[in-house]
Amino acid sequence: MKKSRFTLLQIIVHIGGWIPLALILYDFFTRNLTANPIQAIEQRTGLQALTFLLLSLACTPVASIFGWKELIQRRKALGNYSFLYAALHVTTFFAIDYSLDLAAVWRDVWNKSYIIIGALAFLLLLPLAFTSFNYWMKRLGKNWKRLHKLVYIISPLVVVHFILVVKGSLAQLQGNLAQPLIYGGIALLLLILRIPKVKAALLVRRKNLEPGFQEMVLFIKKSFKTDR
Amino acid sequence: MTKPTYPQIPSSEITPKQAYLSRRDFIKAAGVIAGSMALAACGIASAENPPEASAPAPANPAQKDELGDPVNTFQDITNYNNYYEFTTDKEGVAPLSKNFKTTPWDVEVSGLVKNPRKFGVEDLVKKYQPEERIYRLRCVEAWSMVIPWVGFPLAKLLKEVEPTSDAKYVRFETLFNPDEMPGQKSVLYPWPYQEGLRLDEAMHDLTLLATGLYGGELPAQSGGGIRLVVPWKYGFKSIKAIVKIELVANEPSTLWSAIAPNEYGFYANVNPEVDHPRWSQASERRIGEFKRRETLMFNGYAEQVAGLYAGMDLSKKY
Repeated sequence: MKKSRFTLLQIIVHIGGWIPLALILYDFFTRNLTANPIQAIEQRTGLQALTFLLLSLACTPVASIFGWKELIQRRKALGNYSFLYAALHVTTFFAIDYSLDLAAVWRDVWNKSYIIIGALAFLLLLPLAFTSFNYWMKRLGKNWKRLHKLVYIISPLVVVHFILVVKGSLAQLQGNLAQPLIYGGIALLLLILRIPKVKAALLVRRKNLEPGFQEMVLFIKKSFKTDR
Repeated sequence: MTKPTYPQIPSSEITPKQAYLSRRDFIKAAGVIAGSMALAACGIASAENPPEASAPAPANPAQKDELGDPVNTFQDITNYNNYYEFTTDKEGVAPLSKNFKTTPWDVEVSGLVKNPRKFGVEDLVKKYQPEERIYRLRCVEAWSMVIPWVGFPLAKLLKEVEPTSDAKYVRFETLFNPDEMPGQKSVLYPWPYQEGLRLDEAMHDLTLLATGLYGGELPAQSGGGIRLVVPWKYGFKSIKAIVKIELVANEPSTLWSAIAPNEYGFYANVNPEVDHPRWSQASERRIGEFKRRETLMFNGYAEQVAGLYAGMDLSKKY
């Protein structure tokens, strides 16, 4: 068998990255995007942007807990897919929902916190997407990593944006909050795992893992490493 | 000058029951002919999917609201709506409510009235001769539809039970039955759904108790057995599947104002000038249209209802 240039994980990431967009297009052409298709596109692209953002955020802790180093290499692609869906989300909002009528956008949303927070998150995501090319990685050196720590700010902003667009009250824990809270909980966990003390404690734990569990991890890693 | 407090809907807009019933038959017949032509054209045998006999009439382009906008399709009206008693997914309501029984349906009218009573919806339909009313529905989520309801003014029912002089508000309550309404198992909402109107709002001729839709019965997902329709208020005021109507002295609590009183007021009149604190209400998307529309004061019913709120600061009494 000819050796592939791509790892299985790499293939999964890239196919997985385009599947949500393909499904949206499929639903669009089969007229399955609800009676309110523009809003459906906004909601689905927004949710995908957050999903991929959290997946990219999960790479580092999962890699260090399970010693699965390849995840670190996939982090950037996941982040770029997050940007793809965020860009589609923002474009749909301006170009389709508001037909590029900037005056109407301004009048409707200039003082609306969910828009301001969402826009801020997108603006912060822009330089990360822009510097995702290898050229910038090399050129920025240590600063590249520093710059990309912006994601620790972006992800909570996106979760707050999500909470603010649904009906309900966070203070009273009532309303349409189930989904934003699940995403928010995952984001919070992924950020907590980055606190140095928590991280150190986890690494100690990892060394004490039961051999059986380690074997399982090894097996999963191996199955992803075929054809390398 | 004696300006009427609310001009009636132009009589041309109200379709006599006989007329819309025969129109339904006509449309049904037209649909069958068109359908068979299409099938003939495609050369497909028609035996597999015979048209459902009970399917309501498809959208009649001749049906418009008094502003000239066409009614939405039956498909959109009955498959895209909020009904959290079933699910928060607007498209999930119709399938989840498929087996929900809307007949027989009883509604209890009680509280500060001379003749408290339980009414069967079937009897109400016989007694009050429901008429078709084409109303705009504006959701607080900034989408809207034009819907041909069938119903009778709530005022008729209230006059029958005779509110006492202490009655100032009307409180409505939805059925609470988590076994049949799975959304009610969610702990994120203070069930049962309840809503309220000031007595003069409730007595207004535009305020409808709907028992039908599109010339047919009121489907479960649209609020059957019986629902309220208050077209100048955000959709959540128009409570569905009502089992209890109570005349009370004080402003009743409502589900959404209990969840977030700073966001959902008791009045909830459609008002492009007063934003929801988190979302703008200045514009909306009419389902089926591409471009947003400006939202109209009182959802376009200002002439009829603005008088109810004379002297009130609508930015405070939102």
